[in-house]
Amino acid sequence: MNAARESLIGRSVERREDYRFLTGVGQYTDDIKLERQSYAYFVRSPHAHARIRAIDAKAALAAAGVLAIFTGKDVASLGGLPCGWLINSVDGSPMKEPKHPIIAEDTVRHVGDQVALIVAESLAEAKAAAALVEVDYEMLPAVVDTATANQSKTAVHAIAPDNVCYNWAIGDAAAVDAAFARAAHVTKLSFVNNRLIPNAIEPRAANAAYSRADESYTLYVTSQNPHVVRLLMTAFVLGLPEHKVRVVAPDVGGGFGSKIYLYAEETALVWASKRVGRPIKWTAERSESFLTDAHGRDHVTTAELALDKDGKFIALRVDTTANMGAYLSTFASCIPTILYATLLAGQYATPAIHCRVRAVFTHTAPVDAYRGAGRPEATYVVERIVELAARELKMDPAELRRRNFIRSFPYASPVGLTYDTGDYEATLKRVQEIADVKGYAARKAASSAKGLLRGLGYSCYIEACGIAPSNIAGALGARAGLFEAGEVRVHPTGKVTVFTGSHSHGQGHETTFSQVVADKLGIAMDDIDIQHGDTGKVLFGMGTYGSRSLAVGGTAIIKAVDKVIAKGKKIAAHLLEAGESDIEFANGEFRVAGTDRKKAFAEVAFAAYVPHNYPLDRLEPGLNENAFYDPTNFTYPAGSYICEVEVDPATGVVRIDRFAACDDFGNVVNPMIVEGQVHGGLAQGIGQALLEGCVYNADGQLITGSFSDYALPRADDLPTFVVETAKGTPCTHNPLGVKGCGEAGAIGSPPAVINALVDALAPYGVRDVAMPATPYRVWQTIQTAKR
Amino acid sequence: MSEPIRLKVNGKSVTITVAPDTSLAVFLREHLRLTGTHIGCDTASCGACTVHIDGRAAKSCNVLVGQLQGSEITSIEGITPADGSLHPMQAAFKTCHGLQCGFCTAGMVMSAIDLVTHGAHATETEIREGLDGNFCRCTGYQNIVKAVALGAKGMGR
Repeated sequence: MNAARESLIGRSVERREDYRFLTGVGQYTDDIKLERQSYAYFVRSPHAHARIRAIDAKAALAAAGVLAIFTGKDVASLGGLPCGWLINSVDGSPMKEPKHPIIAEDTVRHVGDQVALIVAESLAEAKAAAALVEVDYEMLPAVVDTATANQSKTAVHAIAPDNVCYNWAIGDAAAVDAAFARAAHVTKLSFVNNRLIPNAIEPRAANAAYSRADESYTLYVTSQNPHVVRLLMTAFVLGLPEHKVRVVAPDVGGGFGSKIYLYAEETALVWASKRVGRPIKWTAERSESFLTDAHGRDHVTTAELALDKDGKFIALRVDTTANMGAYLSTFASCIPTILYATLLAGQYATPAIHCRVRAVFTHTAPVDAYRGAGRPEATYVVERIVELAARELKMDPAELRRRNFIRSFPYASPVGLTYDTGDYEATLKRVQEIADVKGYAARKAASSAKGLLRGLGYSCYIEACGIAPSNIAGALGARAGLFEAGEVRVHPTGKVTVFTGSHSHGQGHETTFSQVVADKLGIAMDDIDIQHGDTGKVLFGMGTYGSRSLAVGGTAIIKAVDKVIAKGKKIAAHLLEAGESDIEFANGEFRVAGTDRKKAFAEVAFAAYVPHNYPLDRLEPGLNENAFYDPTNFTYPAGSYICEVEVDPATGVVRIDRFAACDDFGNVVNPMIVEGQVHGGLAQGIGQALLEGCVYNADGQLITGSFSDYALPRADDLPTFVVETAKGTPCTHNPLGVKGCGEAGAIGSPPAVINALVDALAPYGVRDVAMPATPYRVWQTIQTAKR
Repeated sequence: MSEPIRLKVNGKSVTITVAPDTSLAVFLREHLRLTGTHIGCDTASCGACTVHIDGRAAKSCNVLVGQLQGSEITSIEGITPADGSLHPMQAAFKTCHGLQCGFCTAGMVMSAIDLVTHGAHATETEIREGLDGNFCRCTGYQNIVKAVALGAKGMGR
């Protein structure tokens, strides 16, 4: 007997995808050049709000190399880009859903709104022609400010005269009011969760081709979920037969949410490719990324926490206004509701919570999910208000958290979620050790001696990932299923190709999923190939977002592997002349239990495809199984972060001296990849806290429209993180016991940073610093406090 | 049309006549189809397009081919060994998980090689400052910093 081989689960296997990326042979959308390729350029609105009186494209159409020009009139009969989640207002009325045309028809509603599509022989010619398109705009006043959009005299859409998309609420308002009436202490804070621009380093791109031979379309596109793109585009906008459209999302250079959505550009390209009769390619310039990628966050919130005399949280009341931008992006409506307010319990047993959310339209780019999507905003509310309460009550903020932790599971929160498992005490205790909280007083004294201020801040976050049980999502307004699909195709030689509906755009699925399958089948990782991102190959897929790939997509693969093993047992039983129930499968071998009679996995695969000695009367040949997995609950990753900052009061410069994280992701397949995901999330969260802020002026012009004006973190802006994955509490409802790790860092870190900063500025009596806490803003805060 | 430009790309002589506004990045990607060099912006901000010009790192989106008469250009394809192995800096990025989506990676590796060949890289702070011209949105830079230190050792620096 062979000794059981060491499990691949929990091992930091180096990534299989790295060679192609390191040597420049990866294939991203813009790398693809098709036969008879033509190029697209979009004329975009320079105004936030204007009526289009007329478009004169005659000179442009006559320019060298121009093949076609399309405007809103050409596409007016098509559908608009759909929103995938219906939110109803408290009065029962459905949210306002204005049409989102793929080319603006008579009105432009944000700077960058597409006005005309120019197709030419070369990109240079398309751009040159764009300069010749004359658009006669009647400029109109713009609505920009989130907090006051509902009071504006200007409406973004006629169907929402007060600019309100919906007025939604969750929780027991009466119970919250009653708790506040008997509270020993109330902490209140109003703040802005700053608007962010995702800025994946690969700009969005698309390349669409129509084949007259079989009346089919092929679209290469920078997408996190090609099947969803295909479904929405064909069924809701273009009215094309879904089975005649192939969508390929090849190597994708980062997404962070911004590549989930169906965008106007790829939709217009698919439509135009048939009319032009040539493949059309479009790649965003960075300025177009700033103007037209869906932005993130942009909440204005007032939160109140009621505590009893023992420091127990008795109620939380939250009022949020969320900016939707000019149109509803694919998942925009569910971000500040279903993915936000349901997380407001955090890690705490607060018995009564009520949250009201007003979503508003403005003349800005659409706002949708960006890494964390609603959960960073919720965590910011909870962790800032808890820290402030501790300060007001002169309590140790860690102690106040401990006093309120949820300690028994499953836990049904007052905002609709049921946490299956967790151990918040464990991650808090551990992060205090790895952050060396004991040594903090000495470090603070050392900083003081240098004339610097030091502060320490906590954040104990929870997120709901593994999105999502389709029936629950459907009851909450989702217009799509949220399962995942997988296929395990065993070849006659025993090699395996796995097709997954998840999409990897940096997450390393080709490695992690191979580890899982190799472990289950007892074969070498090199004998397994992972295919994703192509509707022509993969049976179906809902894609990658919400830290769902391993928990949902991985489980679908495991279910398919289980079917392969089950069929393999039938084949092996026949070959070994044994009863099926006597066959065991382990270490890549089918064995008659308690004997040395066995067949290797590859032998069984061969028999399935060369079925000469095979139970053909009872069993089909072949060894190829697929599975769909619909989760029964969300997963609940959670953890504790500690940030320590040093502030120079003379300049306002904030330096992160140390950042420690202890995350409970349940079981971990590849610790190296998981830590890398946390690093990246932390960088984006710290970016939000200290550097990144999207600013429109009152006219709706994007002030932060370039890398010179929007501060993405660079290598020397960030500290070395101390990241540890807790032994953890495995998820109780998926076979791997995994919870998801992609968003944690971005969710947990912003309040830790701001809590640390406010702690550092405590000598000035500062209660809050708005994000991003730039040196100028911190210095101003200090000067104001000094007065 | 301007006069022909003679240059070397990854050791091979190339003579070309291109429109005067053709950037080196576009020339490598569109004319030579060396698509390992990526364009993440057009303002020399992100560093994804970093290549070597006469042995020093440069952002190829911001250099016109017309400026390169007689220059030697090395792109990510040019530092990759033909035998399927990796340059020590590439190998270090793999070992340290210094890449995720891969889009910034070529530029990052080209900058890192220049940094350890010509710049100060003895401390973490020096490496971080040395990578200041290259954005990565995925990794938080931590494993890139580790990779550059390891790659420097591999290169005997």
